[in-house]
Amino acid sequence: MRRKDVLDLDDFAPDEIREVLETTVAMKEVLARPIKRVPPLRGKTIVNCFYEASTRTRVSFELAAKNLSADVVNISSTGSSVEKGETLVDTTRTLQALGADMVVMRHGASGAPYVVARELSACVINGGDGWHAHPTQALLDLFTVQSRLGRLEGRRIAIVGDVLHSRVARSAAWGFATMGASVVLCAPPTLLPAGFDRAVLTGLRAKGLPTVVAGTPSVELTHHLDAALHDADVVMALRVQRERMDSGLLPSLREYARAYGLTRDRVAKARFGAVVMHPGPMNEGVEIAPDVAYGGQSAVEEQVANGVAVRMAVMYLLAGGRGGAAV
Amino acid sequence: MDDPNDATLPQDGRAAKRILDAEGLRRALTRIAHEILERHGGTDDLVLVGMRRRGVPIARRLADLIGRFEGTAVDVGELDVTMYRDDLEMRGTRPSIQPSSLPRDLTDARVVLVDDVLYTGRTVRAALDALMSFGRASQVQLAVVVDRGHRELPIRADYVGKNLPTSRDENVEVRLIEVDGTDEVILIARPPARTA
Repeated sequence: MRRKDVLDLDDFAPDEIREVLETTVAMKEVLARPIKRVPPLRGKTIVNCFYEASTRTRVSFELAAKNLSADVVNISSTGSSVEKGETLVDTTRTLQALGADMVVMRHGASGAPYVVARELSACVINGGDGWHAHPTQALLDLFTVQSRLGRLEGRRIAIVGDVLHSRVARSAAWGFATMGASVVLCAPPTLLPAGFDRAVLTGLRAKGLPTVVAGTPSVELTHHLDAALHDADVVMALRVQRERMDSGLLPSLREYARAYGLTRDRVAKARFGAVVMHPGPMNEGVEIAPDVAYGGQSAVEEQVANGVAVRMAVMYLLAGGRGGAAV
Repeated sequence: MDDPNDATLPQDGRAAKRILDAEGLRRALTRIAHEILERHGGTDDLVLVGMRRRGVPIARRLADLIGRFEGTAVDVGELDVTMYRDDLEMRGTRPSIQPSSLPRDLTDARVVLVDDVLYTGRTVRAALDALMSFGRASQVQLAVVVDRGHRELPIRADYVGKNLPTSRDENVEVRLIEVDGTDEVILIARPPARTA
């Protein structure tokens, strides 16, 4: 991989994604060893900047970095100079001065990691920014589907939930479409990002990639759940955040659950044996029924387990990119 | 049989010499298999661990030979040492890595590491480091097809197919049916850009 940063999958070529997925297989093997530590990032300092609440992503990045023998420093907005009003650029310069080799950033503002990446010579990994992107989550989703189904090309991926506010859905759409799968994003009309489908199709065309898979566009938006589930190989539920109720976008959680919640009957409308996924944390009984979340088709626990391996792969590959002539 | 104008030799004008042909390679491996058996006095707890990439098929062949002599199956593992290399920082992009696969926890195993060429010893150093993640072997030995000298670390082989004095300008290629479609060992005068 010849890049300095991983900010989103919109600028990834299929070969780059494939390289990450192949490296992830090797990292999974490392995680199965009696001693799960390998030395390729020995002597490197990785700073985890989490300006937004997170358990699984932060722990996942931290474990990944430690498994690769990096030194890890964690910064959160509480208890740091952010509380004193330090700006993002100031923080960035401090990180640089402290000798950070790699920065993982989770931030509530879309685009924040891009500002940091521009200011820093260190590698930057986007750990989720606002409503915009969450590339490592998308990569672990790609890996999970590939492990379950063997290949990504030609697959039909239904993503159901609050698509408008979901960085997971956006990055997943880019990732799956880049690998030749078709993605249908399904939400109540108030929670659909108008024009996002056209933006991705334009981007795919610019990368010279196909924009049609088996007769349907690589990315589609719909508010019809049955249409989205039809022929789906993968059904991914997104978290519905309670604060959306206050903004008037949804009448009530119960109404959402009735119209869009993934129940066993609804999953049965997808392909036989379709893979059920959720980026977590789950609102059981709202966007996903408990028997679906923990049923035989569910890959939710695999997603979490694969997260560490995928992030190890990204960190390993990224650490080599800076020495490359292209950067 | 030892015709240096054979089609498998480089056609780009580099001087090359065949050190072992298929029969010579077979004899060398047969001898190593006997030596391993003799020194271990049997196959109990014996694990042959091939270092990717050409060490793996060589380890399989040695295991087959030993299995045939003794009438028992011998465990074979595959080791990818890329992440343990000491020259990762010197390379532009990260080399691709493959999963390792060990047949058992190596605690109390008698391991014979297998590789094609022993040169600086740095790959073997990386392999020793990697092996430690799989348990505490009671013993680790090293078998190579060719020892070409120029060690940079205090490492030596326990079983050697062919000791071959070389200069640093030369390159030794062990070619195997499983990987290259032919069995032979070639000494090439000026190496291509990559290191052995």
